[in-house]
Amino acid sequence: MGKKIVKTIKVDADKCNGCRACEVICAAFHATPKYSSVNPARSRIQVVRDPIKDIFLPVYAGELAAAECMGRNIYILDGREYEECAFCRASCPSRDLFKEPDSGLPLKCDMCEDDPPQKEPLCVQWCLEEALIYEEREEEVEEEVNLSDMETGLQSLADKYGLQNLVDTIVRMAQKD
Amino acid sequence: MRYAETGYNLEVDLTRGNIEVVQTDPRDTELYLGGLGTNAKIIWDRVPPEVEPFSPDNLLIFSAGLLCGTPATGCNRTIVTSISPQTRLFAYSMMGGFWAPELKYAGYDKVILRGKSPNLVYLWINNDKVEIRDASHLKGKGAVETQDLIRQELNEPKAQVAAIGLAGENRVYFASIEQGRSSCSRQGLGAVMGDKNVKAIAVRGTRDINIARPAEMIGLINEVLEYIKWRNENPIPNYMPILAGLGSPQEMKHDDEKWHTENFSWGNARERRRGFWNEEIAKDWKETMATMQRRTISCYNCPMRCGATISPPGKSTYMMKCFSKLTYTMAAYLDLEFGLGIAQSATEYGVDGYSCPQVMAFALELLEAGILTDNDFPGMPSDNEGRFYWLLDRIVRREGIGDILANGTYWAAQKIGNGAEEFAHNNIKKHEQLPLKLGKLDPIYYLMYCTNEKITITQIEGNFPQAPFMTREEREAFVSNWIQVPNERIKQVVLEWEPRGEKSAPYFPTPDMCCEIVDWMERMHYIDDALGMCAGLSAFPLKPPYHIHNYPKIISAASGIEMDEEVLTQATKRYRNLVRANNIIRGMRRKDEVPPEDHWKKRFPELEKELLDKYYKFKGWNNDGVPTKETLHDLGLDYVAEEFEKRGIYSETPSYEILAEKEKEV
Repeated sequence: MGKKIVKTIKVDADKCNGCRACEVICAAFHATPKYSSVNPARSRIQVVRDPIKDIFLPVYAGELAAAECMGRNIYILDGREYEECAFCRASCPSRDLFKEPDSGLPLKCDMCEDDPPQKEPLCVQWCLEEALIYEEREEEVEEEVNLSDMETGLQSLADKYGLQNLVDTIVRMAQKD
Repeated sequence: MRYAETGYNLEVDLTRGNIEVVQTDPRDTELYLGGLGTNAKIIWDRVPPEVEPFSPDNLLIFSAGLLCGTPATGCNRTIVTSISPQTRLFAYSMMGGFWAPELKYAGYDKVILRGKSPNLVYLWINNDKVEIRDASHLKGKGAVETQDLIRQELNEPKAQVAAIGLAGENRVYFASIEQGRSSCSRQGLGAVMGDKNVKAIAVRGTRDINIARPAEMIGLINEVLEYIKWRNENPIPNYMPILAGLGSPQEMKHDDEKWHTENFSWGNARERRRGFWNEEIAKDWKETMATMQRRTISCYNCPMRCGATISPPGKSTYMMKCFSKLTYTMAAYLDLEFGLGIAQSATEYGVDGYSCPQVMAFALELLEAGILTDNDFPGMPSDNEGRFYWLLDRIVRREGIGDILANGTYWAAQKIGNGAEEFAHNNIKKHEQLPLKLGKLDPIYYLMYCTNEKITITQIEGNFPQAPFMTREEREAFVSNWIQVPNERIKQVVLEWEPRGEKSAPYFPTPDMCCEIVDWMERMHYIDDALGMCAGLSAFPLKPPYHIHNYPKIISAASGIEMDEEVLTQATKRYRNLVRANNIIRGMRRKDEVPPEDHWKKRFPELEKELLDKYYKFKGWNNDGVPTKETLHDLGLDYVAEEFEKRGIYSETPSYEILAEKEKEV
């Protein structure tokens, strides 16, 4: 067991005013040279916005999902209807969110890694509404185990089809033999 | 590489269905900055004064401001420019929201529409891909509804859509263009869009806007954000809450409406209701706002929450911006619940929330006066609420009396005759003003009302306090950290300005001081309107984060244009005179620069004349309000002077001399 600092951004969607300043500063910070351009499509935080339905939801980019997920569920929270994708932080094949608009390469939030470090990620600093709250916590973590080649392959199949499907398929294949 | 701007305009010929991307000249940006400035140049170059508002040769320009799409906080305004059907003058109206930055990210600074489409269409701008698409299925749809329908049709939830409603399609002279939580409302630009048969312009962009000196720019904007935080925590003491903070008047945030309801006129701009506000009304209105308002919201990249989503019972949600909260309520002598409800219909129809309620109240006043009769209002309900909804429907459909009213009070009165002109008493340059009628002349406001070419007085109100502070201590406290003021003389005026006595209105501030103050406020608005900055963080409120001392640095860091206060002031003066030239060439003169006769109960004709004489001189205009050859030459606008010369504008007998002659005859 080891310890590591987990950095997170807590989102209080009720406070979001939908202004997208978080997108502006994120895109600017990650430009090369720093702040030399703005393009919200390159931002690692995106505001899912439908004012008429009162949906204002900042979502920041997580891990790449190489495959589409199975679910397309609709959620109703506090009278507002959300698609499952609204909450998803992944860059995935079925949408252009969290991808470089030119190359299509996935984007991931890095909490504004900088030298010297920023006191908080810039989206948090630019959100005067306090809809974004930076949190650090120390977590006990399992030492990472290196996966074997076969495990990596199985893992990607599990990611793509779901673990249960994978297990079912292997069981079925085993029975055939 | 171009910085801050894209360097490309989109030229759309609707008659031929032709679309071109045209590279612009960076020298024009240095001379006229962008937004309003470069729009004024295009209209001057390409729309001669003989062109009628509803001619295919009239242009309709949608421009992003120079700093839209950069990190500049609160810079998001679209400046729409054309010739107004109502004033027949150069019209510019602006909207915040999200459209202008999106256009920049798509790779364009302006969309210039010319000609007329044979069928109702909408434009779809998606980076390189620009299409004119059929909009026949959107005919008659609401302006808010249309935005959603187009996003669904394109399967582009992130597209920003500017659209007109039924009023624009039917060329109502006060039709608006609606977009997100904002609208271009003044001067009937929605009617020009409807005349061109364009229902909407949808845009989505995923390109970069480049910054010339990135580290410097972000440093300056971080200072702006810090100042906004400080100002939010430090409202101006002893000032009405809606104006004590930043942003456009905070109508959605505050529900104490004593000041507006008791100081602005009700009905057809006739009656002030002193003592109207009481505890019961305060409680009732607070409750209405709390039940109908879902959330206060912002425009692109702005922390101020000046707008709100409003859900009136039984109606779809819409977005409201500041003062239309009260205009319908006060025109109809009804409560806030009615006002917020009818504003939903009016927003979908796409009409100006200042003009429309006044036009309806004007019609009812004509009915009461017997100038119009019951025959003009067949089937109109008898209750006030019903009558306003009935009139709104007739106007936007141009049915019966609505067809006449749809041209606004000035043109309707001309058409109706029989003394109706007396009832169109709240216009400047043929356009309905806010129904603010005061007791005694305010010299600063007098100049702003006369010479403001944006038509709406609130659009050039500014950084100078609206009224003197009561005590010396308050005044000293106010000026102690007044970093925005351009010079010590103006500070001194605030220190000396008193509510009563020798140093009070209308003789103080003196005409000379008034010239300097009004010129400063106007300059700030003109800067904002070129940059696309919301006046709510700059020209409009007291002690804003953007001001004449930090603007040159910000413009320079973003665009790379070398700039100081003097260069910026000169550029502003240049396109301010170009806006005026566009109006002078269309016949505007001193005779048009008058506030409504009953605007101030007590008038001071000699002082008013002195104020205007002095201001014209201060601005480098002749006594008829025409920029002199010398002024134009100093600004590099010799081409304007030549045109004036060619058209005999300088050799005309000035209108004030004609008036003087007439007075002698009487």
